[in-house]
Amino acid sequence: MMKYCKPLLLVLYCFLSVIFNNLYAQNEPVPLSEDNLKCASCHGSKYYSFTNPLTEETNRKRMNPFFIIDTARYVSGVHRSFSCSDCHSYDYNSYPHPSELKLEPKFSCIDCHGGDETFAKYQFDKIEEDVNNSAHRNAFGTQFKCEMCHDLHTYRPVARDEHSKIKHIVVQDNQMCLNCHNDLSKYQVLTDHNKPELLTTHSWLPNQELHFLNVRCIECHTPTDDTIMVSHRILPKDQAVHLCSDCHSTNSILRDKLYKYAAQQSRSDNGYYNSVILNEAYVIGANRNKYLNIISLLFFGAALLGISIHIIFRIIKKK
Amino acid sequence: MENHKLYLYPIWLRIWHGINALCIILLIITGLSMQYGNIDYPLISFKTSVMIHNFCGIVASIGFVIFLVGNFISDNGIHYRFKIRGLYKRLFTQLMYYVFGYFKGEPKPFPITKENKFNPLQRISYAVAMYVLVPLVVITGLGLLYPELIFERFLGMSGVQITAVMHSIGGFFVSFFLMIHLYVASIGKNPLKNYKSILTGYHES
Repeated sequence: MMKYCKPLLLVLYCFLSVIFNNLYAQNEPVPLSEDNLKCASCHGSKYYSFTNPLTEETNRKRMNPFFIIDTARYVSGVHRSFSCSDCHSYDYNSYPHPSELKLEPKFSCIDCHGGDETFAKYQFDKIEEDVNNSAHRNAFGTQFKCEMCHDLHTYRPVARDEHSKIKHIVVQDNQMCLNCHNDLSKYQVLTDHNKPELLTTHSWLPNQELHFLNVRCIECHTPTDDTIMVSHRILPKDQAVHLCSDCHSTNSILRDKLYKYAAQQSRSDNGYYNSVILNEAYVIGANRNKYLNIISLLFFGAALLGISIHIIFRIIKKK
Repeated sequence: MENHKLYLYPIWLRIWHGINALCIILLIITGLSMQYGNIDYPLISFKTSVMIHNFCGIVASIGFVIFLVGNFISDNGIHYRFKIRGLYKRLFTQLMYYVFGYFKGEPKPFPITKENKFNPLQRISYAVAMYVLVPLVVITGLGLLYPELIFERFLGMSGVQITAVMHSIGGFFVSFFLMIHLYVASIGKNPLKNYKSILTGYHES
């Protein structure tokens, strides 16, 4: 069985590579290395097989779903050039994996990215500071880790890609929250509490579905911060944005959040306030057109002038 | 001078007109509040505005359908029809009456009768308002209420953006119409006479 796995995986990899290559043409995928293919032969699918040396039988088992790596997305992720053993112990090469490996401390993102000038533009140290002040870290301490939101095996900085559509950014970023907040089994990794129902806790939000599809959770659940692209200081729910006009106004906070990437590129405004938002959406209150404003004021001004003159003549005539 | 009383506005029309007027006024106020919303000086809170705007929009839309049906099954619809031939002359004559003739005490060029309850300017402006502007704001309003029904992109622009701009333009012209309508209704010997007529149904000349 094992001898068919590799070719099958290769075929699967090639097939998915073609699809993902088209989807993410700007992010060239790299083929899985020999070492990674070995790990992916089990962790790349729902089932894995091994020969039991005691019975000499081939056993086929279900892979723990939390340990399955999406290899097609891995080869397009930011860490695609890494070997599994760069982060995980080399001892995982043997099977069954030695049980003491479970106790081995894992690398954190900051171990590689912290204090490194190569990654200065991503501001990892500021991110760490934000996370340390976030509602998650306050509630769960160091149990709460970067990888609980950012899947290190597949992560892509979609928002920093100029070809990305805002909707793709929204989907990826919201999925990070929904991974736990919409999945009880993952949610309860950190707590025994029941998971709040998102639709109920957000029932106050008008056009709920429209908001969920077009803006990220963090638009409301992080503070506006000019010093970093995305604030990682998740706020407690009572401090989240509840005021509609924070977004639905000329000085919309969306300009400094979801549209921050786009806002930094020079674009013509076509007479609209916050025109950068208009590329992919329309936010009532934030997207007024300056020229339509002027024209409407002229119309009303002319009508009021005409009415005023008519009234004056009516009064004079009455006398 | 003999006092004539004409029954011009049947009860269904008066009820529709009253509800429609109230909805339109609330729609304009809440629409302006949403469109020109400011974090520091909100006229009405955005959430409240959305709620009132949606409610009044739905009521006014149902009212519009009732108005259309009413016009279809009664003879009220004939007052919103006009002949193109000689239209410009009739409009000009009525305009000159408002600007000059009214102050000189000249007789109305198009006296109100049971068959002709609107003058040419009223006829065309009411027809444009009810058959062009109101359908425009009703359709675009429904589109904004259910954005999943709107084309995602049209002519390279966001469908929601086009719909929202059309809705704003339609809403602006409805506001413009309302302002003129309210003033013109006050023209007469007694400024409140026409307002009374739409409440009682009777026009006094």
